[in-house]
Amino acid sequence: MLTRRFSGTQRYVTTDDLSMAVAAAVTLGRPLLIKGEPGTGKTQLAEEIAQFLDRPLFDWHVKSTTKAQQGLYEYDAVSRLRDSQLGDARVHDIGNYIVKGRLWEAFTSDVQPVLLIDEIDKADIEFPNDLLREIDRMEFYVYETRETIRARHRPIIIITSNNEKELPDAFLRRCFFHYIRFPDAETMQRIVEVHFPGIKQALLADALEAFYRIRDVPGLKKKPSTSELLDWLKLLLAEDIDPADLRATDGKGTIPPLYGALLKNEQDVHLFEQLVFMNRRTVR
Amino acid sequence: MLIRFIALLREAGIPVSITEYLSLMAALKSGIADYSVDDFYVLARAVLIKDERYYDRYDRVFSAHFAGIESSLNTLMGAEIPEDWLRRLAELKLTAEEKAKIEALGGLEHVMDALRERLQEQKGRHEGGNKWIGTAGRSPFGAYGYNPEGVRMGQEGSRQRSAVKVWDRREFRNFDDSVELGTRNLQVALRRLRRFAREGAPDELDLEGTITATARNAGWLDLKLRPERHNAVKVLLFLDVGGSMDDHVKLTEELFSAARTEFRHLEHYYFHNFVYESVWRDNRRRYQQRIPLQDVLRTYGPDYRLIFVGDATMGPYEILRPGGSVEHWNEEAGAVWLGRLLQSFPRFAWLNPQPEAQWEYVPSIRVARELLSDRMYPLSPAGLDRAARVLNAR
Repeated sequence: MLTRRFSGTQRYVTTDDLSMAVAAAVTLGRPLLIKGEPGTGKTQLAEEIAQFLDRPLFDWHVKSTTKAQQGLYEYDAVSRLRDSQLGDARVHDIGNYIVKGRLWEAFTSDVQPVLLIDEIDKADIEFPNDLLREIDRMEFYVYETRETIRARHRPIIIITSNNEKELPDAFLRRCFFHYIRFPDAETMQRIVEVHFPGIKQALLADALEAFYRIRDVPGLKKKPSTSELLDWLKLLLAEDIDPADLRATDGKGTIPPLYGALLKNEQDVHLFEQLVFMNRRTVR
Repeated sequence: MLIRFIALLREAGIPVSITEYLSLMAALKSGIADYSVDDFYVLARAVLIKDERYYDRYDRVFSAHFAGIESSLNTLMGAEIPEDWLRRLAELKLTAEEKAKIEALGGLEHVMDALRERLQEQKGRHEGGNKWIGTAGRSPFGAYGYNPEGVRMGQEGSRQRSAVKVWDRREFRNFDDSVELGTRNLQVALRRLRRFAREGAPDELDLEGTITATARNAGWLDLKLRPERHNAVKVLLFLDVGGSMDDHVKLTEELFSAARTEFRHLEHYYFHNFVYESVWRDNRRRYQQRIPLQDVLRTYGPDYRLIFVGDATMGPYEILRPGGSVEHWNEEAGAVWLGRLLQSFPRFAWLNPQPEAQWEYVPSIRVARELLSDRMYPLSPAGLDRAARVLNAR
């Protein structure tokens, strides 16, 4: 059933090691923990796997206030109390007031689903520990109704992390791990071609060169990543920029047009302008 | 064979457990790795390694272990010559110019003889240098080197895609750090300082209050809300920067970021070596925006816990004498200012990144400990634990 190995889709380019990690996680039914620079397509991965394997996707976006329990279920005591006051018949079945979480929905899906737990590092430090048993055994117990929810099909779980907090060892033991590296120029070219088919080669080559030049500027607070490059290219295409404007005419010293799409805070813009300015002076 | 590999990984300090070993066996059994070394390398990495900072160590162990297997299979030329060093020999292509260069070494025959000789002299794998066979050196033998007379060996045509080279390139070098403390450990230790209290907007259902109120209301629902529980502890952090603290920047940063996420009421100030009449909040503007310590003393109440982070390593006169500061003329000695701080904030502790064993050999640390009534603790999870206990004491 799963003989087809995930090898990217029309909108997503994978490397060999990533597709192997996905294959291992899918085959053995283990969660796959994905780390990498922001903007390298971590969240995108789950969507693409779901699309590739034609499975439903359940995404659970974690925030700093998210509790593990919210992924399982919540008991809405307040509306039950209100219903009892109003004499609603539903009040006699407590099951009417159990609100299912994303994990529960994924567990009861008819076909094997893909479950994305996005940015797990945003939550409280004990969050991963609270999910150990659920992820290990793929089941949990609902105290209110005294039933155990078991996964009908072991979901393919993709977990992303931005490394803001370290994850506990016990949790890591249960996951497979992959670090998405920043793509090299060759892979980047493939990625761009997937997103902008038929892009002019001259523009692409110049844009990529300018992009990697900015990335190489030492001391940037936030290096531009793949998603920023794609945004920038979209702008360049929309504005119909001439490739010649991107080229470094005097040594290293031009500020590429629309650089606001690449550099995201004023310190970086300032630093970059300063470097360009200094380069101009030395070239002269 | 794999058990040995796992053992080697553990020796290299990578936390690999039996669970992971068993998963790897299961993965291999399922046949996704297809008996290809390339696939095995990637698969084993996904299963065994859980943090990108271990990627480099993994590459090294893999390389060492795997090369060992290759060479043991190899009995080429009678001598123990690893196969990948010689793989390219058959394809050795030489231009006329290069041939002339080889003549300089006494002809191809001679070069090969010399190679064989050297191979017997050399036992292990080698990188750099200019005599031994290996990579990236200036010896005539090896790959990626500078010697135009070189015999290129063990270098695949397309380096980028070759499995052997992937781990030989060790791309993840930057990520390896041997920091013993992650922010996680520090955070767990800082949790000891938690003091929960309810304040702010009432947005949580108070079940007990609701029941009582409803009962009083003759059974008609009367909802009671209360504010959510928050960590109410307030922390005043004084950080030493510059000078001897440069060695401890990483650790201090980790503590700071752990504290940032843990405490909602966290105020921080910087000082250099010791506290005097003014401190600052932004290191880039430390000369323009100084804040008089008197203001700090006035601003915060005694419910703030005072934590110093610094190595307290300096000349004792910097603490004890007026004008002792290395940066400016201070009218009153650092000890006086410290005394004022400790009086305003009776719950205090000093965290020192220096190893505890060295403290007694540094006179200024001895002086500082005396002033702090011995409340100095090492900056480690265990030390934080001890500090938290003191800070929480009523």
